[in-house]
Amino acid sequence: MSNNKETFGKTVVFVFVVCLVCAALVSIAAVGLKPLQTANKLLDKQTKILEASGLLAEAGKDIVGTYNKRVVAKMINLETGEIIDGDTDMFDERSDSRDVTKSTKPKNDIAGLSRRADRAVIYLVKSEQGQLDTVVLPIVGGGLWDLMYGFVGLATDLNSVKSVVYSDLKETPGLGAEVLNPNWKALWPGKKMFDEQNNIAIKLVKGGAKKGDIHGVDGLSGATLTSDGVQRTIHFWLGDEGYGPFITKFRNGGLD
Amino acid sequence: MSSDTKKVLFGPVVDNNPIALQVLGVCSALAVTSSMANALVMTLAVVLVTAFSNLFISIIRNHIPSSVRIIVQMAIIASLVIVVDQVLKAFSYQLSKELSVYIGLIITNCIVMGRAEAFAMKEKPGVSFLDGIGNGLGYGAVLLIVAFFRELFGFGTLFGIEILPLIQNGGWYQGNGLLVLPFSSFFIIGLIIWGIRQYKPEQVEKD
Repeated sequence: MSNNKETFGKTVVFVFVVCLVCAALVSIAAVGLKPLQTANKLLDKQTKILEASGLLAEAGKDIVGTYNKRVVAKMINLETGEIIDGDTDMFDERSDSRDVTKSTKPKNDIAGLSRRADRAVIYLVKSEQGQLDTVVLPIVGGGLWDLMYGFVGLATDLNSVKSVVYSDLKETPGLGAEVLNPNWKALWPGKKMFDEQNNIAIKLVKGGAKKGDIHGVDGLSGATLTSDGVQRTIHFWLGDEGYGPFITKFRNGGLD
Repeated sequence: MSSDTKKVLFGPVVDNNPIALQVLGVCSALAVTSSMANALVMTLAVVLVTAFSNLFISIIRNHIPSSVRIIVQMAIIASLVIVVDQVLKAFSYQLSKELSVYIGLIITNCIVMGRAEAFAMKEKPGVSFLDGIGNGLGYGAVLLIVAFFRELFGFGTLFGIEILPLIQNGGWYQGNGLLVLPFSSFFIIGLIIWGIRQYKPEQVEKD
């Protein structure tokens, strides 16, 4: 080691230059790739929404085109259930639910959210003829390890299930993560969320639902806690502190 | 290829494997080996980071003040990892979602820093670059072997393609629940180390 590179001044200058070069490299990568990353994220979300409305096969490769043609995003106020103005593309449930001014503490927090965003973005999916066909509602709730994010696709009576699609979760592979298994997802279509008295009746049945039970879906074997989480998440979001007010308004024709 | 180059490049795969002999970088080997695709992407990421961090550190090795050399190495490694992470997010969103924090944790992967400190600080840039690739490959080889067993016997698939049809999908194979969980890699890595040491007894530590 020669002494001349060990002086205090040279060390500081050297470290400064290294940091500058590294910072430039990182900034260029982050800024330069931002548009691609945003597009990817959006594509991922649109794919899930199309899946939840059963249009994925039809869309094929043209996710963006199909989405733009068939899906309308609307922002709603969860408390009143009314459609409000807002930038649906920029809405981020995760940042809103962390912001004290934009979220509230649920009174009956069965989904384990701790805070629920005041607003939500829902997706109205039209048929080929332009008729409203499916309503896709985003849901989020605790599983075994962490919050699980997904979508519920409902027919226009907001009762008949079209799909339950999870998009983001950290459940155990092979057990809880089987909510992503196509065979399990295929159990949902045709089930009814509410009973005749309009109470939420959907449940995940450990050991398998009885044949012909329109409110029962097989629980995931080996993943009781995840199954309970899914059930509680759906109960929360279809309940009064979730989309309840919106559902009431929608059924009464309050939506244009 | 001269025999020296070969030794630098392929030596770390069996003779001097970073996971099996040096026992570095084991934690990420547990986390990302539940599928072959994840293991492959992780391998590529580590190869790139180790190779380029070795290259850059070797280029400036004669100017790095020894009092702050670790910090300088960390700054370079961390920058490279962030770049890899950003590129992955831009071009393979699905995989970056699955690998999530583990790409970022390459920063703390002892292999990268170990090679920077032990090799790149002394050797010329060209050979350091190769050493980085070699060690990345050595890491990746173990990762892929572990992922092969975990994905095949845990999920009945390889690269997501069904090999052993699972009972829950109407097949006959009961997936091994142990192999689905990360810690099962300990057993597989242990067996790999045992295998290598049977083949190369000189790697066995003396009591």
